[in-house]
Amino acid sequence: MQRSLAALAPQLITLAAVVVLVWVFFPGFLDIRLVDGRLVGPVIDILKRGAPVALLATGMTLVIATRGIDLSVGTVMAICGAVAAWAIDGGLGLGGAVALAIAAGLVAGLWNGTLVAIVGIQPIVATLILMTAGRGIAQLITEGRILTFTHDGFSWFGSGTFLTVPVPAVIWVVTGITVALLMRRTALGLLIESIGINRRASALAGINATVLLIAVYMASGLCAALAGIITAADIRGADANNAGLWLELDAILAVVIGGNSLLGGRFSVAASLIGAMIIQTIDTGILLAGFPSEYNLVIKAALVLVILVLQSPRMAAEWRTWRAARAEPKPTGRVQEDAP
Amino acid sequence: MTNPRLLPLYATIAIFLVACVICYVQFPYMASTRVLGNLLTDNAYLGIVAVGMTIVILSGGIDLSVGSVIAFSGVFIAVVLRETNLHPLLVFALLLIVTTAFGAAMGGLIHVLAMPAFIVTLAGMFLARGAAYMLTIDSVPIDDPFFTMLQKAYYLMPGKGRLTLIGVLMLITVAVGMVIAHRTRFGASVYALGGGEQTAKLMGVKVGQTTVGIYAFSGFMAGLSGSVFAIYTGAGYPLATVGTELTAIAAVVIGGAILTGGAGYVFGTLLGVLTMGLIQTYIVFDGSLSSWWTKIVIGGLLLMFIVLQKGLLRLTALRLSGGTA
Repeated sequence: MQRSLAALAPQLITLAAVVVLVWVFFPGFLDIRLVDGRLVGPVIDILKRGAPVALLATGMTLVIATRGIDLSVGTVMAICGAVAAWAIDGGLGLGGAVALAIAAGLVAGLWNGTLVAIVGIQPIVATLILMTAGRGIAQLITEGRILTFTHDGFSWFGSGTFLTVPVPAVIWVVTGITVALLMRRTALGLLIESIGINRRASALAGINATVLLIAVYMASGLCAALAGIITAADIRGADANNAGLWLELDAILAVVIGGNSLLGGRFSVAASLIGAMIIQTIDTGILLAGFPSEYNLVIKAALVLVILVLQSPRMAAEWRTWRAARAEPKPTGRVQEDAP
Repeated sequence: MTNPRLLPLYATIAIFLVACVICYVQFPYMASTRVLGNLLTDNAYLGIVAVGMTIVILSGGIDLSVGSVIAFSGVFIAVVLRETNLHPLLVFALLLIVTTAFGAAMGGLIHVLAMPAFIVTLAGMFLARGAAYMLTIDSVPIDDPFFTMLQKAYYLMPGKGRLTLIGVLMLITVAVGMVIAHRTRFGASVYALGGGEQTAKLMGVKVGQTTVGIYAFSGFMAGLSGSVFAIYTGAGYPLATVGTELTAIAAVVIGGAILTGGAGYVFGTLLGVLTMGLIQTYIVFDGSLSSWWTKIVIGGLLLMFIVLQKGLLRLTALRLSGGTA
């Protein structure tokens, strides 16, 4: 436990720094109150609004750990939202809508996974196909309109509360914990990491890399489906054009801010989730701090750049040599420097 | 034996010709210089930015910032023209300096920090879009006599088609891109880098210089494309051209380049852009098809090309192993 906390330290420190930064500008940031049986406050709002990116980041972490990337998740959200809205309007009820939406997400993942694992297409291109075509498919389902619906049971996923906590927050936390446990309490995480480091070697070592790769993309599709359900339930409608638009980029950013390498291998779902919360805190914080919303993107880009520079491999190497130099007795270092 | 690297380009040409024939058979009126002129004009900004993207992709990189840079360019031109009395040509020059420097800075970060291009240009995408918002959040019209003249400049082709200035500019850009990619030392370095950074280094390619050059080139093209887009729309709008980077990447892939880098042709990219434009024109002519079919067809085309390339690569690998055995 202590070791995993230590591993998360950089992300936790960053999150704390961002929170303090926002708190300085907006002192009421940490207030939480109980109103009408539900918790309210900026922090709760962040937990709720960060749900789609956190869910996408969970699946994206696994995909990136295999040295892949999934650009289609935002589009898959739109497809799943459209399917859910269509099912509810068609009178299939809550169970049918959720089941169909999740099935759509899994099928999308199966498609991506097949292209990557069996056909052998580069992940970025394979998922670009669905990213491009998917919005068209979603519009096909909604027939180009914004499909709206009224269904209290389904809306609960977006705006309901569970034990005073907003449901979206519960969903991403539960999903995150489930995936993290599944990865770390079984050998799955290890196998995924080994594929990311060297797929061929892992296959030779007896790992069924093909099936595992497809499963990883399906997990990403499943997470996207959950995110799509939440988004559709929140606005009580399916917007094929805008649902999940550019969220794949935020999700990838969350994974990278979480310290996971885009080159695959070691991963941490918890770190990605903290990354997602960092992004959402920045987004919400900029608004709360009273900056004009035009400045959002620039501030976000600057903060992201700072975080990335601090975490870049080159900086890490510099830091290590600096520490090593300090650990060594000073005089010898001096002499060597002066020698030439 | 033909060069297997040329096969994707031949496939691109074949598909473009087939698409032309299908369009002609269904709608004979499409074979007019008017449609041709519009095709060039409507896709001018995309073609220009796709040339920059081709170079980036040939080097094995990616540039996600171009869509935002185009939007920034439009806003920059509109706001500077509104606030000052500078001549539009001077504004264009200023803009190109800014966007080229922006691209060079991204290239520098990618090289110095050894970070993936994907993430650096993603941050660049936020930054450029944010900078556009900071200049204005409204759509700013451009009314400048010189600008209006640029908009109205065209050559009347036989058959009353209008070959506009920006359409010609796109064709010139493609030609320049072809020369740079295939006939210069820089181009050779780009291909070498796309083949593998380690080998390129061993061959004596200056990796840092080339990387900065590649993204500076892409930034320049994005700025040029933004100027063309501003001429095309006659306004600057910070929310414009969202997602253009992906359309450009799609055009490059349909044009036969391989996203891992090292293989592809600038001319193929032009055909990729025109094929996508043709699909759009077809859907407009048909009238009964909805616009979302464009996306689905382009997705299908992407898939087809990638599978085709995969097959070709496997075929050449087989042939090579057969030759040595």
